[in-house]
Amino acid sequence: MNSQPVTEAELHAYVDGKLPAARCADVDAYLAQRPDEQERLRAYSAQNVELRALFDPVLDETVPGRLNVPKNSRWQWQRQRLVAGFAIALVSGSAGWLLHGPGDGAPQFAQDDAIRARPVLYASGLAHQAAIAHVVYSPEVRRPVEIGADQEEQLVAWLSKRLGSTIRPPRLGKLGYELIGGRLLPGAQGAVAQFMYHDASGQRLTLYVSTDQSHNKDTGFRFAQEGPVNVFYWIDGKFGYALSAGITKGELARVASAVYEQLENPS
Amino acid sequence: MREPRDQLLACIPRLRRYARALVGERAGADDLVQDTVERGWARLASWRGGSDMRAWLFSIMHNVHIDQVRRPLVPTESLSEATAMPTAPGSPSTGLELRDMETALRQLPDEQREILLLLALEEMSYDEVAHTLGVPVGTVMSRLSRAREKLRANMEGRPYAAALKVVK
Repeated sequence: MNSQPVTEAELHAYVDGKLPAARCADVDAYLAQRPDEQERLRAYSAQNVELRALFDPVLDETVPGRLNVPKNSRWQWQRQRLVAGFAIALVSGSAGWLLHGPGDGAPQFAQDDAIRARPVLYASGLAHQAAIAHVVYSPEVRRPVEIGADQEEQLVAWLSKRLGSTIRPPRLGKLGYELIGGRLLPGAQGAVAQFMYHDASGQRLTLYVSTDQSHNKDTGFRFAQEGPVNVFYWIDGKFGYALSAGITKGELARVASAVYEQLENPS
Repeated sequence: MREPRDQLLACIPRLRRYARALVGERAGADDLVQDTVERGWARLASWRGGSDMRAWLFSIMHNVHIDQVRRPLVPTESLSEATAMPTAPGSPSTGLELRDMETALRQLPDEQREILLLLALEEMSYDEVAHTLGVPVGTVMSRLSRAREKLRANMEGRPYAAALKVVK
């Protein structure tokens, strides 16, 4: 043999049937003198065969309906819409859609701009929980909060103690939203705070603050729509914030960026 | 040339096969496929018609998968060569052997499993694998070499000793 030495890469190409035919003879000669290498390549070939045997049956499975290509872009929202619709329908029985504008009948889902802004799966649990908390508590007439804004210091001390971090409600007066107060809620892994605001027309907005997000990576602003509730949410270290209201995405974005700014630069 | 929509549709069974092998359990794998198809659908305009849609979709799936691994629902530990692994005992029966293969496959780091699967299941060329995963061909070859040797060690129930093979 006077050809180039056989390389490891060529041995793999041999296994995968990607080695030029002219070179295969060299590899055959190489292997003829090396039973260990022969055995090694035989095992590699067997891996390819076994992997196909294991997973080829998937090709014959009926493709689940949810994986079929959408006929139009609304499809993107469907999976979440079903989940959100269910959860919100569940709570709406008692909440009664007070936050929904007059004249609206069935919950309106998925306006076009919301469809494209489909939230990622991972941090979206936060938005979902926040939206449910919003739907449950914001229509509450007599007791929307546990401690009112008139006792703000007490509210801050209490929530901070229960959440284990200083939590202060941002001031949104310049945007027309005054603090009503706050309450403590059960979150996925512990206590969660909800602050509630309202504007002059009575429109309510809630800020949901969770401190158990350290398993999630920081995110920028994300938008989710859960039934009639729009939610902006983001994760900053262990803190997860979700701002929910039945107002337009644009309006909510304005408030969300003000909240974000105040949390970043507490005065 | 078929409609892009039909081409995308035709790729779904292969995406599912690959996702199942990559992720393991069915629901998680189908979630990965769904996110891939959604992203692919949303970006269909950026797909250059005439190029290989399969490679394009697999590359999207690779990125979706990376996003998922980076932001897991529960804290996970990524596997590296140094991670001590339980080994699967070898077995003469075919059924058991296949199950061992599944166990052994799970023990590979994602970056190695992807390459092995794109070759074994999709029969891509090394260049296509490199392009799909966004790494140089040399990296594909060295990861492939480690993946196969580690898989063999796992299947034979012996610890994987990182044999230093020169890959050219």
